[in-house]
Amino acid sequence: MLSEFLQFLFSGVTLGATYALVALGFSIIFNASHVINFAQGEFVMIGGMATVALLGVGVPLPLAMLAAVLLAAVAGLLLEKFAVEPARGASVVTLIIITIGASIALRGLAQIVWGKQYHALPSFSGDDPLHVLDATLLPQSLWVLGVSAAVVVGLFLFFNRTLLGKAILAASYNRDAAQLVGINVKFVLFLSFGLSGALGAVAGILVAPITLTHFEIGIMLGLKGFAAAILGGLGNGLGAVVGGLIVGIAEAMGAGYVSSEYKDAIAFVLILLVLFVRPSGLFGRRATERV
Amino acid sequence: MRLPVRPRTGGLIALAAAILLLPLGLDNAFHYEIAITIGFNAIVCVGLNLLIGYAGQISLGHAAFVGLGAYGAGVLTAGHGWDPLAATGSAAAATGLLAFAVARPILRLQGHYLAMATLGLGIIISIVLNIEAEITGGPDGMPVPPFAAFGWEPADEAEWYWLVGGLLWLSVWLSLNLIDSPVGRALRAVHGSEVAAEVVGVDTTRYKVLIFTVSAVFASLVGSLSAFYGMFITPNVASFFHSIEFVVMVVLGGMASTFGAVVGAALLTLLPQVLTVLEDYEHLIFGLILMGVMIFMPKGLLPTLTGLRRRRRR
Repeated sequence: MLSEFLQFLFSGVTLGATYALVALGFSIIFNASHVINFAQGEFVMIGGMATVALLGVGVPLPLAMLAAVLLAAVAGLLLEKFAVEPARGASVVTLIIITIGASIALRGLAQIVWGKQYHALPSFSGDDPLHVLDATLLPQSLWVLGVSAAVVVGLFLFFNRTLLGKAILAASYNRDAAQLVGINVKFVLFLSFGLSGALGAVAGILVAPITLTHFEIGIMLGLKGFAAAILGGLGNGLGAVVGGLIVGIAEAMGAGYVSSEYKDAIAFVLILLVLFVRPSGLFGRRATERV
Repeated sequence: MRLPVRPRTGGLIALAAAILLLPLGLDNAFHYEIAITIGFNAIVCVGLNLLIGYAGQISLGHAAFVGLGAYGAGVLTAGHGWDPLAATGSAAAATGLLAFAVARPILRLQGHYLAMATLGLGIIISIVLNIEAEITGGPDGMPVPPFAAFGWEPADEAEWYWLVGGLLWLSVWLSLNLIDSPVGRALRAVHGSEVAAEVVGVDTTRYKVLIFTVSAVFASLVGSLSAFYGMFITPNVASFFHSIEFVVMVVLGGMASTFGAVVGAALLTLLPQVLTVLEDYEHLIFGLILMGVMIFMPKGLLPTLTGLRRRRRR
């Protein structure tokens, strides 16, 4: 009974940590540019696929991971420079379609370069499960949790303690005012896309040993990350983390206790229910419309 | 001063001419099939454009309504022996009721939250169609009997073409009339500013709900008919990608332009057909074209082109 619950909780928190990283990526870009980046899931895919590919040609794992994160960051920077920046001032729907176009193009490119097969990434430190109160815990889950926690703390310090992080925050609160006090808003925007790409790649690398990786893996991960970001309140960092964990745990519990077939639907049922009660998510500020 | 022919009437005549003349260029059944698919997609887009272009509300889940129409018609005829026309009508009514029921809480949301909610609704419906295999046949799909109405059965592709072409013209005419009516003016007010519209006495919720329901019914009718036309349906009709495709058609052609929606549907149905020659590079090029068009023509094709023409005249 308890062991079953713990088992679901472990897998839920592991999943949730991944969703939280993806959701943070959505939030960072949204804060900086008010764009919902539908190519966020593709950053996740690039992380996993590039690591597998580099490992395949003999690059040691840590170096392959680092290179994959850099590659996704570069993809984010290019996306900002050549797709989002030239379309500044376009309507929300137009921007959404541009990022959807980017996600289709990135998937198309990945399919050409890395093929359509599923790829497995070895676990970072073996596959011998740990036993906690009759439930088993994979070492990779600990990696997911540990690295995610470290990333969240790192981001918190970055945004609150460094000048650059504070500049990004300032630009997200008020673009014009930030510009007036001498912040290079354009550069901030550019940087957020890179940061977001790197975050997505970290998530992709962490889950690859658990879920396998594939050129289309980013679609569902991206959508659930988006659901997590919305659940917590778009643009709210804490909200993204809490939203991710809630979505992950709800999915694992739903799959375990209700129906494993419907596990992909659970995140979306949850988000609809929450939005009906709180139209701006759990931690989102109520927007007021100006005429 | 009034022009002898109003632009809207001119557009309707041009559309009628295009529908009438197109068969001259259609050589075989495959060409007809593409033309018919364009017609189906265009009708959905004309309905969706009312919601996105005029009311300014996004829906990333409209394929789900197409799916409900398709499966409603398929299950009622194949599984329960209903008359195709009655099945189509019932599916449309049921889809309309569902859209009406969810519209109020969903359309209260704004911007990205609305996008998320409609996306979620669409994905949930598409997952249900995939999983409830005893009713829907699951991912493998299900066969659908041929269409018949009042003893008439479309015998070949050409007859289907005239049926779909006629319906497309009718839906464009309906949509243009709706836009010119008080409802249309109210919708544009909602698009401009919801608060301002409310202040001058527009019941914004009522109009948003109305137009969401109307566009869902358009989608459901197309779903049913295309199910009878293809005689086989899979849950792909309701997939997230299909929803995205419809939105892209509307935005690519030009938001708030009924004819733009038709043009967008035509181009985006044709483009993958043309790109298949690129084989592996198909998706990469498709994505790049999509990005390019939206970056350089953020208002969509038709409004950008007519804007250019107007500027040149001056």
